[in-house]
Amino acid sequence: MAAQERKIPAPEANPETRPFWEAAAAGRLLIGKCKACGQPHYYPRAICPFCGGATEWVSASGRGAIYSYSVLRRVPAPYALAYVTLDEGVTMMTNIVDCDLDAIRIGQRVRVSFKPTEGGPPVPMFTPESS
Amino acid sequence: MTIKGKAYIAGVFEHPTRKADDKSLAQLHAESAQGALADAGLTRHDVDGYFCAGDAPGLGGLSMADYMGLKLRHIDTTETGGSSYVIHVGHAAEAIAAGKCDVALITLAGRPRAEGMATGTAPRNYGAAPDVAFEFPFGPTVVNQYAMAAMRHMHQYGTTGAQLAWIKVAASHHAQHNPHALLREVVTVDEVVGSPMISDPLHRLDCCVITDGGGSIIVVKPEIAKSLKRPRVKVLGAGEAVKHQMGGQVDLTYTGAVWSGPAAFAEAGVTPADIRYVSIYDSFTITVLITLEDLGFCPKGQGGKLVSDGNLISGTGKLPFNTDGGGLCNNHPANRGGLTKVVEAVRQLRGEAHPKVQVNNCSLALAHGTGGSLGTRHGSATLIMERE
Repeated sequence: MAAQERKIPAPEANPETRPFWEAAAAGRLLIGKCKACGQPHYYPRAICPFCGGATEWVSASGRGAIYSYSVLRRVPAPYALAYVTLDEGVTMMTNIVDCDLDAIRIGQRVRVSFKPTEGGPPVPMFTPESS
Repeated sequence: MTIKGKAYIAGVFEHPTRKADDKSLAQLHAESAQGALADAGLTRHDVDGYFCAGDAPGLGGLSMADYMGLKLRHIDTTETGGSSYVIHVGHAAEAIAAGKCDVALITLAGRPRAEGMATGTAPRNYGAAPDVAFEFPFGPTVVNQYAMAAMRHMHQYGTTGAQLAWIKVAASHHAQHNPHALLREVVTVDEVVGSPMISDPLHRLDCCVITDGGGSIIVVKPEIAKSLKRPRVKVLGAGEAVKHQMGGQVDLTYTGAVWSGPAAFAEAGVTPADIRYVSIYDSFTITVLITLEDLGFCPKGQGGKLVSDGNLISGTGKLPFNTDGGGLCNNHPANRGGLTKVVEAVRQLRGEAHPKVQVNNCSLALAHGTGGSLGTRHGSATLIMERE
């Protein structure tokens, strides 16, 4: 089954997360990292979920592997919801796109691809690395 | 302090409607409350504690206390999705043990069917929640989030669609005896895995029903329980927990039941081997399988074997579950199945389940609720009850 077009609702930036969306608009994927304990985290936030320390933004490689996924079929345009574990060690919710939805597998290597939204900044989706 | 033996479930009610075009939401709450109070042999004038969750209209507990004319000295509107009402029983027992109230009323109601809600397949936007911008654009729905948990469990432990199907098969065997159940037809493993794929790997028959309705529970202090005519169901132990994405250390193969279960068993002073009947929240078949593992009814990863070959069917299996047909076949009022789990457990302990599904000498039962999503964040609640 080939992926069809699905309208992507715009993410709403707030003062805490604006840098993430500005970077996304420039095609860069950011994650949060604690300045105190050094742990990366996702979704990004100002206060470290592990130790409560102050955090900073760091660039991610945009590469990772599919942790799990599901193709929702009972909708007009089926799509693949997924969790991708980045090489930096955090797992993020996303979509797997630009591929045969029936060929998606857990463990598959993927690379970030920013996709436009309805009037907002682009969002980080992932596409299988060419084998 | 413990709640063990400090409170009793004196009344339960499951609203018989499954489609409530002609009733309001507040009315369904209040009718459910009247049913449970009548079951207990109490009136609304006896109620001094009230518990409800996010399904209550308007200002929740305030609006419903106003509608029902309650005079309260204790109120608790803890919201953990479909597990709320299992948590409410534990919180009611705590409040009673602390002397904050004597008769606690818990209500649930909703009309997603009458309102034509796309319960499972439409993403829900929780507005200002901090996660929304990082999840909502990707279309997370109820069904595809639970499906991701199922997909990972299959990958990691070799769980199969046929094993998941056995959970629905068992529920359907029970539902055939429940005149109120939405789906009363017995189904086979082949029919479950042959039903349309909704979100890989969950088929239509892996999903619970969508129904209108409601339910209510009355929890009272021991002195009042002993003055009533109904069989006594004692609260032995309760546990609650919240599991989430842990800052990006996502693990979809277990639930908060790994924490709420041991807490409830420790407080009750019993083990899984002692339990005669279980009510397990069954939003989807996978919810039951993972929960049973997490509660300790089998080792992690062995849930597929545990649920197979009719082992959950009352009368033939070793672990009878959801003898009303559960959310998979009977009822999932307000898209929240926790309350009805307690109701059927109480029926079993009283010996008032349908004779075809009544567990012999059912002295000890467990009810477990899961609210929110296995895929992202959820509340888990375990309750252990004993017939006195």
